[in-house]
Amino acid sequence: MELILLIFVFVMAAFLGFELIQRVPSQLHTPLMSGSNAISGITMVGAILAAGAIESELGKWLGLAALILATINVVGGYLVTDRMLGMFKKKGK
Amino acid sequence: MEYLINISYIVASVLFIFGIKMLGSADTARKGNSISALGMLLAVVVTLLESGLSYTWIIAGLIIGSAIGVVAAKRVQMTGMPELVALFNGFGGLASLLVGWAEFAKAGNFDDSEYPVFTGCAVVFAILVGGITFTGSLIAYLKLSGKMGGSATNFPGQKIINLLLFIALLVVGGVFVATNAAWALYLVIALSLALGVLGVIPIGGGDMPVVISFLNSFSGIAASAAGFVILNNVLIVAGCLVGASGIILTVIMCKAMNRTLGNVLFGSFGATGGKAQEVEGEMKALSTEDAYYILESAESVIFVPGYGMAVAQAQHAVKELGQILENNGAEVRYAIHPVAGRMPGHMNVLLAEADVPYEQLCEMDDVNAIMESVDVAIVIGANDVVNPAAGEDESSPIYGMPIINVHQAKTVFALKRGQGAGFSGLVNTLFFRENTRMIYGDAKATMNDLVGQFKD
Repeated sequence: MELILLIFVFVMAAFLGFELIQRVPSQLHTPLMSGSNAISGITMVGAILAAGAIESELGKWLGLAALILATINVVGGYLVTDRMLGMFKKKGK
Repeated sequence: MEYLINISYIVASVLFIFGIKMLGSADTARKGNSISALGMLLAVVVTLLESGLSYTWIIAGLIIGSAIGVVAAKRVQMTGMPELVALFNGFGGLASLLVGWAEFAKAGNFDDSEYPVFTGCAVVFAILVGGITFTGSLIAYLKLSGKMGGSATNFPGQKIINLLLFIALLVVGGVFVATNAAWALYLVIALSLALGVLGVIPIGGGDMPVVISFLNSFSGIAASAAGFVILNNVLIVAGCLVGASGIILTVIMCKAMNRTLGNVLFGSFGATGGKAQEVEGEMKALSTEDAYYILESAESVIFVPGYGMAVAQAQHAVKELGQILENNGAEVRYAIHPVAGRMPGHMNVLLAEADVPYEQLCEMDDVNAIMESVDVAIVIGANDVVNPAAGEDESSPIYGMPIINVHQAKTVFALKRGQGAGFSGLVNTLFFRENTRMIYGDAKATMNDLVGQFKD
């Protein structure tokens, strides 16, 4: 049953995602891409669970590698997006 | 505790939704980014509360990853932004791949899982999509940063090979789900990585923005698949949101280039441009001194920046010249093509960095409407986005792409490093036009030269 629920959530999220983005001015395409790219680093949560698991040595190493990569994605992605948008702000006053 | 974690995940998902929504509008974009970052922080912090975790590795991973991420984000030049986003995106894909693999490595099978077959499928899917995202983004990174030639790489039977690879992947993936054999998993990993490389090398550098956006959507789907592997709802929701909104963004970008997504991914754009096009006329060079005299008397000037401006880091010099021209009584505008540069909005970011007044930035359609009244259009390292062939030559691969019609201006200055073709490999007929003058050399040096002439 839990699985069906998760699939339901997945489908709803897909429809929501399709509706969220409609008319975006082209100047915002790059920040939007890099901002949503940072969100896809959510896999970091999975990486934390894998890196903190104690079942197997290999799994831990893989989890650590995943965590480092995902953290770069998240931290770098948000900072770079913020830097970009900060430049837009400046001129908008 | 379990409830607290799950409720926090729901809150985080809502923050992501608001974040993406707000990123789509100029006034709220920065706040939207912060809100989505807050959602991420919340999701990460509550995950740490999960029972039974050993923290040594987690803390090590967080510190190392954050340090690298901060340094990369602070140090990157605005001009290098597209490459960096591609690289980050690839990391995210690889992380999802590793999460899927790690789940399998825990026990070497899925016998303990509630849904062994489903989990097996989810692992294969996370690895497939994550692997393609990783190597595909890496190739995009290499092409964008110039470490690899920008043109499309084609060889005979390419599509067939890709198709066979994909079928092999499905078969081996099926074997893995059925038997949980480790070798099958390794083969799936290897094939996915290969597919990412082979899928992106036939796509020309000019289409990389679309490819990155598409792969960004892919990395979301990979995260979502990883979420199904570990049955975690925040991964599923956030990943799926990025996957779906990324597809929409990709389609919007394709529309700006008047192409379809299928055409971008499988059209091998630029491969047909290899044949020599015959162009009448010749390219006429102009010295900066003569350019100065023309500019001095111009009443209306339009700058059309392209990737060349980014390469030469000329945005500040361009802004300075624009300022001088304005003080000289000319009306100055900057026309930005939606796909100028290596990423949509690339030029907006650079000009914003140089403090160009917002009112002077114009969209393509507004500028084209008044183009005939413009005295001088200065094309700075842009090429395909001002190529009149897009509107006139039906055999041209870019035929039908909306362009900035600078050729309708009274005079066109084209700043260019040499006589070579553009990133797409096409000959630009603009450069051979009667009203076009070429100013060769580094764009920044040329701009500074012109600024110097005005000051004397």
